[in-house]
Order: sequence, then C-alpha cells, then structure tokens
Amino acid sequence: MATKVHMEALSPTMEEGRLVKWTKKEGDAVKSGETLAEVETDKAVMELVARADGQLLKVVVPEGTTVPVGNVVAWIGKAGEKVDGAGSGSQTAGTGSQESGAGAAKPAPAAAPARAPAPAAAAPTPAPVAAQADPTRVKASPLARRIAKESGVDLKLVQGSGPGGRVVKRDVEGGAAQTRVGSTPAPSSRLPTPGVPYEDVPLTQIRRTIAKRLAASLGPVPHFFLTTEIDMERAAEAREALNKQLGEEGGKISFNDIIIKAVALALVQHRACNAWFQDDHIRYWNEVHIGMAVAIDDGLITPVIRNADVKSLRQIGGEARELAGRARNRRLKPEEYTGSTFSISNLGMFDIEHFTAVINPPEAGIIAVGSITPQAVPDGDRIVSRRRMRVTMSCDHRVIDGATGAKFLQTLKQMLENPLAMLL
Amino acid sequence: MATLTYRDALNQALREEMQRDENVFLMGEEVGVYQGAYKVSRGLLEEFGPKRVVDTPIAELGFAGIGVGAAMGGLRPVIEFMTWNFAVLAMDQIVNSAAKMLYMSGGQINMPIVFRGPNGAALQLGSQHSQAWESWMAHIPGLKVVSPATPADAKGLLKSAIRDNNPVIVLEGEMLYNLKGEVPDGEHIVPIGKAEVKREGSDVTLICHSKTLAVAMKAAEQLAEQDVKAEVLDLRSLRPLDEHAILESVRKTNRAVVVEEGWPHAGIGAQVVDLIQRDAFDDLDAPVQRVNQADVPMPYNKHLERAAKASPEKVAQAARRVLYLE
Repeated sequence: MATKVHMEALSPTMEEGRLVKWTKKEGDAVKSGETLAEVETDKAVMELVARADGQLLKVVVPEGTTVPVGNVVAWIGKAGEKVDGAGSGSQTAGTGSQESGAGAAKPAPAAAPARAPAPAAAAPTPAPVAAQADPTRVKASPLARRIAKESGVDLKLVQGSGPGGRVVKRDVEGGAAQTRVGSTPAPSSRLPTPGVPYEDVPLTQIRRTIAKRLAASLGPVPHFFLTTEIDMERAAEAREALNKQLGEEGGKISFNDIIIKAVALALVQHRACNAWFQDDHIRYWNEVHIGMAVAIDDGLITPVIRNADVKSLRQIGGEARELAGRARNRRLKPEEYTGSTFSISNLGMFDIEHFTAVINPPEAGIIAVGSITPQAVPDGDRIVSRRRMRVTMSCDHRVIDGATGAKFLQTLKQMLENPLAMLL
Repeated sequence: MATLTYRDALNQALREEMQRDENVFLMGEEVGVYQGAYKVSRGLLEEFGPKRVVDTPIAELGFAGIGVGAAMGGLRPVIEFMTWNFAVLAMDQIVNSAAKMLYMSGGQINMPIVFRGPNGAALQLGSQHSQAWESWMAHIPGLKVVSPATPADAKGLLKSAIRDNNPVIVLEGEMLYNLKGEVPDGEHIVPIGKAEVKREGSDVTLICHSKTLAVAMKAAEQLAEQDVKAEVLDLRSLRPLDEHAILESVRKTNRAVVVEEGWPHAGIGAQVVDLIQRDAFDDLDAPVQRVNQADVPMPYNKHLERAAKASPEKVAQAARRVLYLE
C-alpha cells in the first residue's frame, strides 16, 4: 500500500509550509531519509525527507504552493501502484454548521502564494496591477473583524486558527504570536520592469512591531544613523576630467551631481531603501526620485530630481541648478518638491565635516553629505593625502534595518570611490 | 426556604393559588381521587373538594374546551394533561380557542387558563410518548410558554402562570418531578419572560431550558476541567423569550451553544440562533452550535434512546467547537 508523504512541522512553530522545490520527480526511486523536497517554513528553508522506500508515485502539491502541516503532499509506493485521489486538497472550507464536525476544524490549504508579488525578472508581459492586488478573501469571525478594526490590525496579515483558516478572537488578541511572520514576501531587491511606479508590500508583523516599538521610543519616525567615510580622490579626478572636456560649453559637473547620480544608482540596487513608510504597508518604489535639500531664506525645501538613476550627470546638474535657483526664488511648483523617494542633504559647501539629517517623511532614508577635505591616509608604509568625504545615512527603522542600510552605503561608497562602477 | 421536589413545588404553587383565589380550579385525568398520575395534585381534592379538583374522562379536546369556556366565564382553570403527548388531541382548543380569544373578541374576553403537564421524553416510553412540543407551542401568537427546570422555578412560574390573564403553557418533565431543590416559602413568583444565569462563565454560553439545564450544567463541569468557563443560561420562558439576557450573555462570552430536548428542525434553538446572529453579529467569534434530540422519532431501545438525546458530552463537544478547541 502506498504511503502518504505529509507536510511535516519542520520548526516548532510551523503551521504551514511552502513547497519551494521538489528534489525528486514522480517516478524517481526514493529511500527513507532521502530528501524529497525543499520546504520554506516560517523560519528557514528546510528539507522534507522520505519516510518510506519505494518510488515517488505522485506529487500532489506543486512547487510554490503553501499547505498546512499535516496535509498530504505526495505518495510513495511500489512502481505501478495506484494512489487514490488527489490526496490533500480535499479539505475545503465553509461546511455548513450542521456538518461542521471535527474534520472541518483542520485548516484548508491556505492561499498564501497568491499574495507573493510577481517575480521581478520572470514577467515578460507585466501584469502590474494584479501583482499588487490581494485576491485572498479574509475569513474572520465578526468579533475578530471588530477587534481588528478597533486595534488597527490588518486581517490579511493574520494567520487564522479557526476552521478553513478563519481568523478568530484569539488570533487578533494574541498579537504577534499568532500572526504570519515568515511568509510575507520581501520586496524584490532590484527594480523590476519599468512602467510600474511602485509596489505596495503589506507590513509584516515584525515590521509592524518594529514600527510601533521604535516609534514609541524615538518619536514618530524612529531614526538611526550610519556613517561612512568615502575616498573622493578618483571621483574628483573624474570630475576634473569631465569638466575639462566640457570646457567652455558650460554646465559644469559638481560633486553634488555625482553624489545624486551615485545615490540614485545605489538605490536601484538596494530597493529596500527606496521606500515610503505608509502606516500599514511599505511602498517600495520602482522609480528613483531624489529629493535634494536646498536651503532657502526661512527654511528648507527639497526639489526633486525625477528618475535620477537614468539621467546623465549633465542632465542632473542642469536640473539641480535650475531647481535650486527657482527654489530660492520660491518659484517651485508643488509637483517639483513632492514625490521624492529618497533625499540628499549636502552641507559640504559650508565646511561641515559630518552631520545627521532628519528624514523627510514618508521616505525611509536621507543621506547627509559632509565636506570633501584632505585627509592623511596610510598607503602601504607611507602616509598620503587623499580627498575624503563623510556621509551619514539616516534610516527609518520601521523600513530599513542596520544591515540593509549598511549594504546600501557600501554600494554607494564603491560607486564614488570607483566612478566607473556606476557604468556597471 | 425548604428543600422540595419539583413535584411538591408544583403542588405547593397549586395549593397556594387555590387558597388565594377561589376562581382557580384544577381539571384533568386522574387529578382528583388518584391525586395525579405523577402526584402533583396530592391532597388537593381533600382540601378543595370535587368542584375545584375535577376528574375528567380520557377526552383531552373535551376538557380543554370546558377549560376555555370556564375561563371565558371568569374562572381561572388549570388544565392538567397527563403528558403533552396526549395534548396533541386538544390542540384545536389550545391553538384555535385559547390562543385567539382575546384577539378575536377585540380585547373583550380574557383567557386566564393554564395548560400544564410533563413534556418530552422520559425513559423508554416509545416514539409517541417521548416528544418535546415546545416549538409547537412557542410558535403560536397568543400563548405564553414556560418550561421550569428547578423546583423553585416550577413553583414561581406556575404561580405566575395562574395569575396571568392569558393562556400559559407550563411544560414540566416526568424526569424532573423527583428533582430536589430549595424553594422559597410562600409568595415566590418568577416572572414570565425572564431567563436566569444558572452558572456564571466567560468563555461560552450554554443556552438551555427544562431538562437540558442539568445536561448543560454537567457539560459546564466537564468543560471546567479543561479550563473552559461556561456560562449556563436557563431560558425558563420560551415565549416571550428573554432576548436581553441571551444577548447580554453572548456579548460577554462571544460564543454560544443552544441545547434543547426537541428536534433540530424549526426548533427553539433555531429561534435563539436567529436572535443571536442578528443582534449580536459583531460579538460572535464562531457560528452558534445547537445540540438537539436526533432528528428521528425517539427510539424505544435503551441505547438508541440514550444516543438520540442531548448529552453533556455532546454539549461539551459543541462548546469546544465554538471555542475552536477541536
């Protein structure tokens, strides 16, 4: 008789698993203990092993599907042996109250995969809107709905423990413990297909908790700061060469222009930093619009260089100067100082070596740029003088974690220290 | 406060009301000389004489009709049916005469009559003698229906029924007559239309009446062993229904199980569930469950009969289900 392969609880808190990959195919011989599939639990990707010898007769759950622990995912048996039915998927939700016996208490297969955003690369014909929509109907008891509404909990993020995955009182009362921690998709790390201005990714529970706790301790936007020192020698050389070539054409390239371009390009690679915090979700932008802090008489305004990642240094420089000029004359239109996805504040021209900037909400980060000054730097056994610059990134901890910001800064540093990297 | 059986509590209510108002009289099969098939009328013939304690032939429709006529004439008859199974024969008088008299006389003729007797199954009496008729009775506008579960409520509700100027159906229970409990002496009145919390709890409301109170109380004890605090709400009156008490309890516990002796289809529980889903929708954490007699004529076979009835185990299971514990 054929043996059922169940979705096993591969972590102590695992309630469902996503079948990432079948390492055995139907018809393959399997031995007890051999890996059949890779399963993503709430914590990590684990191996699901065979508990019987024989042939993998039938795979019930396709790759990418999330099923509750205990559901049948495959059958192992003798070659040619028949297995009955599809196995796992038979447990459907919504049985009438008279029939809702013990069986109905098992959660029906969750429709979790539908929530994952379309993979960035594998979408030749983009269906952007569909990727953002959430087709999963949330089943929740009326009481759970009321509690969720009153306490601002997004039911879509809550793992229901009732029949058919129904969200019930205990799921919304318990807070983080019962909620879907591991299964919310991370944003794809690089910018996907053009034409989609942004992608809304719901706040995960951990994100929500970070938001709540850090906001409570530090104020509405919980800042933290990352500082790095960047060697600007080669950037300076490149700038001099470019300006020489431009000669009398005008429109000289400034360090600021180079920094804007580098920041924009680094954001393309680190989309997690190109984001807005939106109370119940994070908006990860697929376009890079750099806000550039400009001091004006009685304050500060941040005109926006749109799509700075695809603009040339000359375009950026031209726009920056033009916008800054009009900003000082108060001639900016609202659409010219709103909608930035990340900002830069440069006080280098004031001989400020290092400072921290306040985030321009709802953006998740801002770079504070200090002055470029000659520094004594060891070079082998010599000390040389290099032009160096300190930048400090302020991060909204609700969106960006320390390592996330650090990796972005690393890329920015590489680009400025080796300007050719911007061409990569 | 004395400890009395349910039977003696009813007897006390009858005696006190007959002493209080000479218009009150008792009529039915074997109520006089035999002192009641279940001895509810013990001593009453001796005390009040044959004009006020009247033995009848086996003719339910007939003596129910005499009762209706007597009530029209200003008396306050108490009509005893040996069981409500036999009252089926008197339905025309109950439904077409008693229930409608005030309405069809344009409010001129009151109908202060009580129809009482044991309702529902006892033990191995067969299909025809093991029926719970409360949903039939509660269906009829013009009737009031009470179903006391304790000796104290039996006394208090029968007294209220006798003093009411409308026809009141009093559903007793053969298996309840020997039940003992504390009964307040003298003027003890339980108002019609008032439910009572018989056990406080916070996790689930077990809504019951009559014999199912004991079932629900046992279920609550079983649930307590699993740290589930069940509240037991005894409806006591089925028409009018104490909607306020039901909603108040469900709003507290967010979950309910309705237990009744009768069949599920169009039962009292259906009426209770209707109320809850409509007026406590946003307080519900789970669909309301019902526990009923199995939807079959009551089996004679002892084991099948037991299996067909509502039991503490079934109620506890239903409670665990609304708590998502199974």
